[in-house]
This record gives sequence, C-alpha cells and structure tokens, in this order.
Amino acid sequence: MKLSIWTYEGPPHVGAMRVATGMKGLHYVLHAPQGDTYADLLFTMIERRNHRPPVTYTTFQARDLGSDTAELFAQACRQAYERFQPEAMIVGASCTAELIQDDPGGLAEAIGLPIPVIPLELPSYQRKENFGADETFFQLVRHLAGPAEQTERVSANILGPTGLGFRHRDDIEEVTALLNEMGVDVNVVAPMGAAPSDLSRLAAAHFNVLLYPETAEAAARWLERTHGQPFTKTVPIGVGATHDFVAEVAGITGLPARKDESRLRQPWYAASVDSTYLTGKRVFIFGDATHVTSAARIARDEMGFEVAGLGCYNREFARPIRALARNYGVEAVITDDYLDVEAAIAELQPELILGTQMERHIGKRLGIPCAVISAPVHVQDFPARYSPQAGWEGANVIFDTWVHPLVMGLEEHLLTMFREDFEFHDAAGASHHGGKAVERTELEVEEAPASADVIWLADAEKELKKVPFFVRGKARRNTEAFAAEQGVHEISIETLYEAKAHYAR
Amino acid sequence: MTVLAHSAPKKGCSDAPVLKERGQHEVFCGLTGIIWLHRKMQDAFFLVVGSRTCAHLLQSAAGVMIFAEPRFGTAILEEQDLAGLADAHEELDREVAKLLSRRPDIRQVFLVGSCPSEVIKLDLARAAERLSEVHGPRVRVINYSGSGIETTFTQGEDACLAALVPQMPETEARELLIVGALPDVVEDQALSLLERLGVAPVRVLPARSADEMPGVGPNTVFALTQPFLGDTAAALARRGAHHLRASFPFGDMGTTAWLQAIADEFGVGADRFESVTAAPRARARAAIARQRERLAGKRVFFFPDSQLEIPLARFLTEECGMEAVEIGTPFLHRGLVGPDLERIAAGPRISEGQDVDLQLDRARMDRPDLSVCGLGLANPLEAEGLTTKWAIELVFTPVHFYEQAGDLAELFARPLRRRDLLETHPSRALRVEAAE
Ligand code: SF4
Repeated sequence: MKLSIWTYEGPPHVGAMRVATGMKGLHYVLHAPQGDTYADLLFTMIERRNHRPPVTYTTFQARDLGSDTAELFAQACRQAYERFQPEAMIVGASCTAELIQDDPGGLAEAIGLPIPVIPLELPSYQRKENFGADETFFQLVRHLAGPAEQTERVSANILGPTGLGFRHRDDIEEVTALLNEMGVDVNVVAPMGAAPSDLSRLAAAHFNVLLYPETAEAAARWLERTHGQPFTKTVPIGVGATHDFVAEVAGITGLPARKDESRLRQPWYAASVDSTYLTGKRVFIFGDATHVTSAARIARDEMGFEVAGLGCYNREFARPIRALARNYGVEAVITDDYLDVEAAIAELQPELILGTQMERHIGKRLGIPCAVISAPVHVQDFPARYSPQAGWEGANVIFDTWVHPLVMGLEEHLLTMFREDFEFHDAAGASHHGGKAVERTELEVEEAPASADVIWLADAEKELKKVPFFVRGKARRNTEAFAAEQGVHEISIETLYEAKAHYAR
Repeated sequence: MTVLAHSAPKKGCSDAPVLKERGQHEVFCGLTGIIWLHRKMQDAFFLVVGSRTCAHLLQSAAGVMIFAEPRFGTAILEEQDLAGLADAHEELDREVAKLLSRRPDIRQVFLVGSCPSEVIKLDLARAAERLSEVHGPRVRVINYSGSGIETTFTQGEDACLAALVPQMPETEARELLIVGALPDVVEDQALSLLERLGVAPVRVLPARSADEMPGVGPNTVFALTQPFLGDTAAALARRGAHHLRASFPFGDMGTTAWLQAIADEFGVGADRFESVTAAPRARARAAIARQRERLAGKRVFFFPDSQLEIPLARFLTEECGMEAVEIGTPFLHRGLVGPDLERIAAGPRISEGQDVDLQLDRARMDRPDLSVCGLGLANPLEAEGLTTKWAIELVFTPVHFYEQAGDLAELFARPLRRRDLLETHPSRALRVEAAE
C-alpha cells in the first residue's frame, strides 16, 4: 500500500484506451464499474476529441457481483459488436474486474464473434499506463500482423503514436516528412490512425521507426523477431538527434541521407546574441524516459544549459536513464512520487525546470519557471497550432517553448540596468507574461532567512534587493550557504560579494 | 408567476411513467464527491483505499491539480496487499499514522472505500474503529464507501454525510439542521435569510470543522439542500429527526418553497416572510428574466449525472420557460424530489439509470437545443451539433438560493449564447446542411 496524491501514470487499462482511441475500427470492451468511465473525459476534454472513445464499459454494480457479472460482460460484447461493427475487438478487465476473475478473454471467445477478439492481461496492481499501451499494441500486432509482401519502394511503419500522447499528432507529420525527403514511403502509422486491417499490412514495410519506445517497443521487437524488420533506435527529437535519425535510416535502407533543413531555425536562434543569457542556466529535467533523454541532449548541446539533474517516472526505463544521468554527471531521480521530485528540485534550485504538468505545479510553488516536455498531459498540451517536438520544426518549437518561461535576453539586461526604474523594477515580472506592471511600493515583504544563526545586516539586505528577482532567491541561499560554510554569522555587503565571487561560474 | 409551493397543483410529472434502464452508465463514482467535500471540511483528510484507477479518477475528474497539498489521497493497493488481508490493515495503520504526523491540522480522517477494497472485503469500518481508538479523541476516523459498484457521483456525499450521522451528539433541542455541502458563500446567505426570518438555532451538516459537529434528536427538524442525500435523510430520521419536504432551493420559486416549508414549521408569520424575502426574490426574478429571453421555448435534455436533474428541470421549465424533452437521473428518489416532480408540467420522458448508447440515440432523434451531460459526452455531442452544458459545473459552482438564481440560469444560457455568437461554430454548417 502506498499513499499517492498525484500520479504520473494512470492504470494500465487507460494505456489500452490510448491505443484503442488512437485507432479506427477497433472496439474495447472493458469489464469495469461505472466510475471508471471517467477515463472518457481524458480524451474528450483534454484532447478535445469529437468522438467518444471506442470503449464499452460493463459498469457492473455491487448487486451483480457473484451472480451475473460474467453474463453482463458477454452481453456487452455482443451489443458492442452489433452497434459498432468493429473490425476487431480487444477485451479486458480494469482493477476491480481483475479481482472478480470473470476471464473476459474466455467469455468473449465463447461468444464466437466473426472478428478477431484479442484478450488483454493487464495486471492493474503491478503495472501502469505506459505498460498498458505497450502491451495492448503488442497484442494487437501479434494477433493481426501476419506475413505480407514487402512493398516495392522502400517503406517504413511509424510505431508508437497514441491517443492522449504528448504532441504525437504533429510528430507523425514531421517524421513522415523526414522519411519522404529521403525517398522512404510511410507504410502504416500505428496505433494512431490505423485500423486493425492496416496492422495486417505492417510486415510489408522494410523497417520500423520506433517513435516512442514507451508505447511500442514490445511490438517493434516482435516485428523484428518475426518479420525481420529492423527498427530505429534514435528518437528524432532535437537537432542532433534528427541528424542521427536520418543517418540511421540511411544506414538501414542504403539510401543517401537527404534532408531539407531550410525550415530549421533553432541553431541560429541559439547562436544569436540574445541567447547569450541562456549560457549555463541550470535545468532540471523530468518526464517520460524518451522525452527526458532527448531534452537532456538538447539542453546541454543545443541550448548551452547545464543539466543540474534529471530523471523519469517510468521505472521500466530506470536503467537507461541512470546511465544517461551518469553521462551528465548527475544522479538520476527515478520515482513516480511527485513529492520526491519536488524535494529534488527544491534542493537543486535549478533556474528552469523541463518537466510535465506536475513539475509545472512544483515550479509554481517554488517560483521556478517550467516548460513542459512530456506527458502526463493537460489541455494546454494540445495546442490548435502545429506544434511538434520531433524533426526540424520540433527543434524550433522546443527552442521557443523553453525560452518562453524565462525572461528574454535583452530584457534581462534592461532589468539589471534599470532595476531602480518604476516600470522595469523586478516585481514587474517578465513583460510577455501578462499582468500589468505595478509600481514599486516601499514596503516590501521580508523573506524569512533560511536559518536563524545567520543574520543579514541592513546594508546587505538592501544590496540583496538590488539583485534582480529571478536570481535573488538563489543569491540569498548561496550567500547564506557560503556564510554557514565560512562560519560567518552576520552577512555584510562584503559577505554577499564574496559569496558571489565564490559561486561565479 | 407567484405560485407558492403549497398552492401548486399536485400532479405535473408525479405519475409520469419512468423509463428504467440498466445498460452502460456513463457517470462518475462516489469518490468524486471528495473534490468538493475536502474543500468544505477544512480539517478533514479523505483517504481513499483503492487502486491507481481511483487515484487517477480523483486527479482527472475536475482537473484539481491546482491544490498544492490537497487533503485527500489514495492508499493504492498493491499485489502484496491483495495476497494477505492482515497486512493491508497494518499498512493502513502505518499510512494513517504517517499522515497524521505530517499533518497535525487534520482532525477527521475519512477512510473511503472503493470497488477494490469492497471486492476484497477489506473491513474499513473495523479499521476506522481501531484507528479512532489509537488517534482519538483528537482525531476521529470515519469510514464510508465511494465505490463505483455502490455509488454514483453525488451519492458519495450522501454516503459521507450518512456516516457522520452516528457521530452526531444526542440533543433534545429544537433546532433546524441544514443538510448538504454548499459553498461557504451560499451557506452564509441561507443562514442569514433564516436568521432574518427568526428561525434559530440553525445548524449545518457537514460542519466546517470537527468541533462544530451539530447534534441530532427527536426535536431536530432538517431540510436538505441537495436532492441526492437520501441515505443521510434516512439516517437522520432514525435518530428521530423530522424531514421538511419541499422543492429544492434553486431559483426564485424553489428557494421560496424551501424557505416557506421552514417558515411554516417554525411559525414565521406571512408578513415577516414577505418582508424578508421580497427584496431577494425580486432580485432573483429580475436576474432570471434576463436569461429567460434566451432560454424560453428551448428544449432541454438531461443525461443522468448528479441527481440534481429533477430540481433543475423544475427550475428551467417553471422559471425559465424551457421545455424538457428527457429528464434522465441516475436514481429517482420520489421521497425527496417529489415536490419538484409535481411542478414539472407533464410531457417530458423521465428516465432512471442509463444505457448510454440508447440514450444517445434518443438525444439524436430529439435534437434538443441544450443537452446537460457529463464531460465524457459533451464534446462528442457538440461535434454532432448538439449544444451542451457540462453537468459537473452544477455541483462545483454556487447555484443555490436567491442570489445565485441568475447565475444558475446563466450557466444554461451561456452555451446557447456562445453558439449564436460564433460565426464559425461547426453547428452552423450542420444546420445549413440540415436545412438544404
Ligand atoms: S469506480 Fe471503483 S475502481 Fe473505479 S475509480 Fe471509482 S471506486 Fe475506484
């Protein structure tokens, strides 16, 4: 038993729903109580889907227990088949139904529907959403992807995009363009947009693009084993990774690494002088393993940040993320408890968080800017505009997204120069974040010092206030830490500047 | 327009046949109530004993992640807990102890049962007793079930309040007890109206803190502010309290009928009643009139959700001039909503329970101007050109009593106004197609 307040991942059947909802012509009959229908709103509200997820819930009640829950399930299967006429069906149990052991797979098979019915075993008390998606997709592929004649032209499947995925909709377009530029056709994109009949054509592709290992790795491995299709190991998020991806595809196909970078602006934006202020900004990165891995590389090599810490919530990827962290000289935070993440961030005091919606809240509490790089998603993560993470345009989007929560370069200089000015004074905040500049009042709220054994002398306190707001907290903590280290109990202007020199990069 | 409750013609939809359905229910489970209950009871913690699904529901149902450290959480059952039950109790004790040491402000802990805890027969009542002994008297530990196999959506509040009833001290005092978790601002308005009517003392269930727990006894008279509190009403009746039956306090007429029932019981004179209620009634009527223009003559369809459907249909038909096509409710409790049912003009289809696919078929046939439904159905219906009002807002927003009457009407008018405002609204294309 573990107390959980906010969770990064839903239960595994929500992962199965992400696969089913992304697909067409597939129906999911889920043995579950009525409350579990809340999951529909994830898709209709967060993702703004204009259709109900293709899920029939049996919504059994206490009075059905022990008597006819099995019959209820069978009836739901029959009715769902009649009403929705799907090409194939997946059947399974949610956490509650798992306990009553009605065997949805066996029951559905006994009905003898004239379509493939694929049973799902998703252990609700051990695994979570990503596993559920990965396992569901794997079972679909295993049941439906028989042998097929290879396409004449070089082609690839794009595997991994699902309903409710972080920017999956737009990543597909970007990766399709990358492949097309090289002369590679896209055979099938799955699960998103694919029908069960499309899955039967998977083996026709020459290779697979494993876009999101979280949701399609098991399927990609099975296809490799069974149909001899190699799959790509690089996820093309970030400039370097996109180049590597193109090179990898060239290696697999023997085609030249042709690419059209005419739309790529990120490298110049990062090099231009306004971006100087990004140099060495300390970032903390947290999310699913795929996006964290990509983000770490972008942060260090393409933005010039310093990676102060990183981690992921999906334990399945603990090993590669630990290895990644070692590469960056930091300790990995592998946890699905947001309080642990909050503690890690509070301790590291980064200048920017690259995280999930959860870290956005943590950032708000700690006063640290945050950009979202990974699921779990929020309605804001489904923008109306084209907004991929993958490929060249993805790199541009990421530059903008990460820089947005920060104060702009030129503005940072202005704030430093004019910090006594009524409009530029630091309480005014960044100019592009809305809200109106308020005139500075003389009465400022005192921040409590970190410890009682250090006192700030009045002059030093005044000097501290001249430090711009977005670094003031750090200056205060650094100075106090420095003073404690030196055994100094009173902080003077002198101490402040000594600390500044000590911590200067 | 000024028909009073006791002079209303008895009938309306009272004898209307009820379409009972038992297919797929598209309704939240009772755990959802925690989202508003924990805001109401400031010193209570709601500990769900359940699965990852339960935790995920709580965080998704209302997008409540804005609360930094909420006073609710889920003790997620894991494989080990399912294997041996003795362990689960020990683990629960440990989690509660940990929680209370971290949150000294907590005075009441609700152990909330879920489907998994019910199915494995984890005895949370026993756990609550044991934990009350350990942590009492400072902290009270109470158990109720919000499981989806036993409760729908708002029934969670009913189960919670019903579980509080045995905790209420015995009293012989003649007191009015107002029952239902209302936003503080609305509750204060009601208390002030009652005070001006000279009704005293008035107590409230649930109280805002553990120390203010009201008493109950044979001289207690209670009025419900929410129509989904059937079990709570029964529990209070078992303690000897007397239930004042009336329309629910929505809009001008509902509020007046509700207050009138209390006034009659406590012998408030007609003059005083008139002088206290005249001004707020006039305000409510004027506020409703502004929205009535948009609502009158429009057809409304209720999908079952919060059990507020009957009283709200009463408000929309009687006070806003709408026509109800179907009024679906998860559970039709005639003993409670009878007075509202009587005041709904005969005609609408009344349905209880749900078979969501069949009901959607009916809505598509009826093509109502406004569909009141849950969040899972809203966008899909909008995409079919049916304007919707999400029902969950009706339990989160202040909508009771006179001063909110206009806001309540506006909640229904806004989607209609929006559809008319947007030149690019997809339903225009659909309407043009239909006309061609
Ligand atoms: S329906 Fe049951 S299992 Fe599902 S969230 Fe509600 S209590 Fe938990």
